[in-house]
Amino acid sequence: MDFGFKISPSSAINLDNVDLTKFEELHRMEPDVYKCMACGSCSATCPASPFSGMSMRKVITALQRGKEKEAVAMLRNCMLCGKCSMVCPRGINTRHLILSIFRIYREDGK
Amino acid sequence: MKENIVIIGGGIAGLEVAVQLLDLGYKPIVIEKRDRLGGHVADWNLLFPDMIPARDVVGNLIARASEANIFLNTEISFVNKLKDSYNIMLSNGISINTRIIVMTTGFALFDAAKKEEYGYGVYDQVMTNKDLEHWFNTGDDKRVNDSAMNAVGFVHCVGSRDEKARNPQCSKVCCITAIKQAIELKQRFPEAMVYCFYMDLRMFGKKYEDFYINAQRDYGIRFIRGRVSEVSENIDGRVIVKAEDTLSGKPVKVTLDLLVLMAGIICNTDSTRLANMVSLPIDSDGFLKSRDNVAEIIESPRDGIFYAGACTGPKTVPETLAEARAAALKVHLFIKGLK
Repeated sequence: MDFGFKISPSSAINLDNVDLTKFEELHRMEPDVYKCMACGSCSATCPASPFSGMSMRKVITALQRGKEKEAVAMLRNCMLCGKCSMVCPRGINTRHLILSIFRIYREDGK
Repeated sequence: MKENIVIIGGGIAGLEVAVQLLDLGYKPIVIEKRDRLGGHVADWNLLFPDMIPARDVVGNLIARASEANIFLNTEISFVNKLKDSYNIMLSNGISINTRIIVMTTGFALFDAAKKEEYGYGVYDQVMTNKDLEHWFNTGDDKRVNDSAMNAVGFVHCVGSRDEKARNPQCSKVCCITAIKQAIELKQRFPEAMVYCFYMDLRMFGKKYEDFYINAQRDYGIRFIRGRVSEVSENIDGRVIVKAEDTLSGKPVKVTLDLLVLMAGIICNTDSTRLANMVSLPIDSDGFLKSRDNVAEIIESPRDGIFYAGACTGPKTVPETLAEARAAALKVHLFIKGLK
C-alpha cells in the first residue's frame, strides 16, 4: 500500500546493545585508540578522504558505536601512506592502528 | 587609628583575604551567613589537578584566619552610605562603620531542577555534581547503589552556555570537574561504563589536558559530543538518556544507573542583593561588575569596595586565592593612601 511516504529504518545508536568485545580486543593491542579526541587532523590530511569518504576519526567513532561494517568499508580506501600518523596531535600511530583494525575486524584479512 | 575592614563571605576568598590582612597587622571582620566557614569548597572532596583534599585547604585557611573577628549565621540587614564610609547593620543587631568592604560573596550553583528535561528531582537516579561530591565525602546517598553501577553518565553544561536558562556564559570549571568525578567513579566502579556528554571540553588550566588524556587512555571514559536532549525513566528505575552524537551525526540512546548533572555557576542572589544596597553595578553576565575586566577585576567602581573570587565570575580555587591576596594588598594600599 502506498501512503505517499516511506519510513526508513532508525539510524539511532543504542549504546545498550553495542557489542564492544572486538573494540576491547583492539584496545588491548592498541591502547592509544582511546586517546582519539576527534579533532579531525587525520581526515583533513588524508589524500584518500576527498575521493572516497575515508576518515580515520569517523572510523574510530564508528567502531565505538558498533558500526563496524561502516568503519571497515571506509578503511578499504586507505593507502597506508601514514600522513595521518604524522599529524595526530595525540601521537596515535594510526597506520599501525589501521592494520590492527583489519586484523581484528576482518578475519579473512582481505 | 584602628581601621574596620569588613569581608562579606567566609568562603575561601574571604578567608584568604582575612589571612593576608592579619599578616599585614589588621584585624578584619568576616561575615558569613552559614553556620560554618569554607563556603562551597568545604562541600567538595578532592580538588583538581593534584587531588588534594578540600578539607585540608579549608582547614588550613580557617586555622590561619582564626584571629579575625568572625560572625557566623549572620547576614547583612542593610547598608547605609555615609559621606565617605558605610554603616553596615548585621542581622545580629551589631552595626559597623567602615570605609572598606571586601565582597567575597561567591557564586551559587544553578538549580538543576530548572532544566526539567534532565529530570533532577523527578527521577530517582539523577543527581548533581554537588550531590556526588557529598557522596564522595560521606558515602551517604541512596542514588549510588554499590551493587548496580554498570553505566554512569555525566551531562556537561547544565544551566551554562544556555540562553534559555538565562545563563549564557561558560561556568569554566565544570568540564574539569566532570572529568575528575568520572575518574573517581571509575576508580570505585572499574567495571562501569562512564559516559560524558559534552559540547566542548574546555581544559584550560594547569594539567587539565593531562586529566582528559588520563580519563580517555587510562580509565576508558567515553566522551560523546552532543548535548543531552531528554532523560526518561524505565520500569526498573534506571534512566534512559537521549542525545545527538554529533561526531557520527546520529542520535544516540543509552540506559544508565546514575546520571550526574554538572550544574553551572551563577551569581549568588545575596551578591546582587548586597550590590543593590551599596549601588554596585551588575555586569552583563549577571555577576558583579568590576571597574575593568582586564586590569582591575578586583576593584569595584566604588572607592573602598573590593572584590575577590567568584562574585565576579566563575573561578578556580587557585584563581580565587590569588585574587584574595591581591585584594588584601589593595586594601592595605587603600588604607596607606588615606592615612
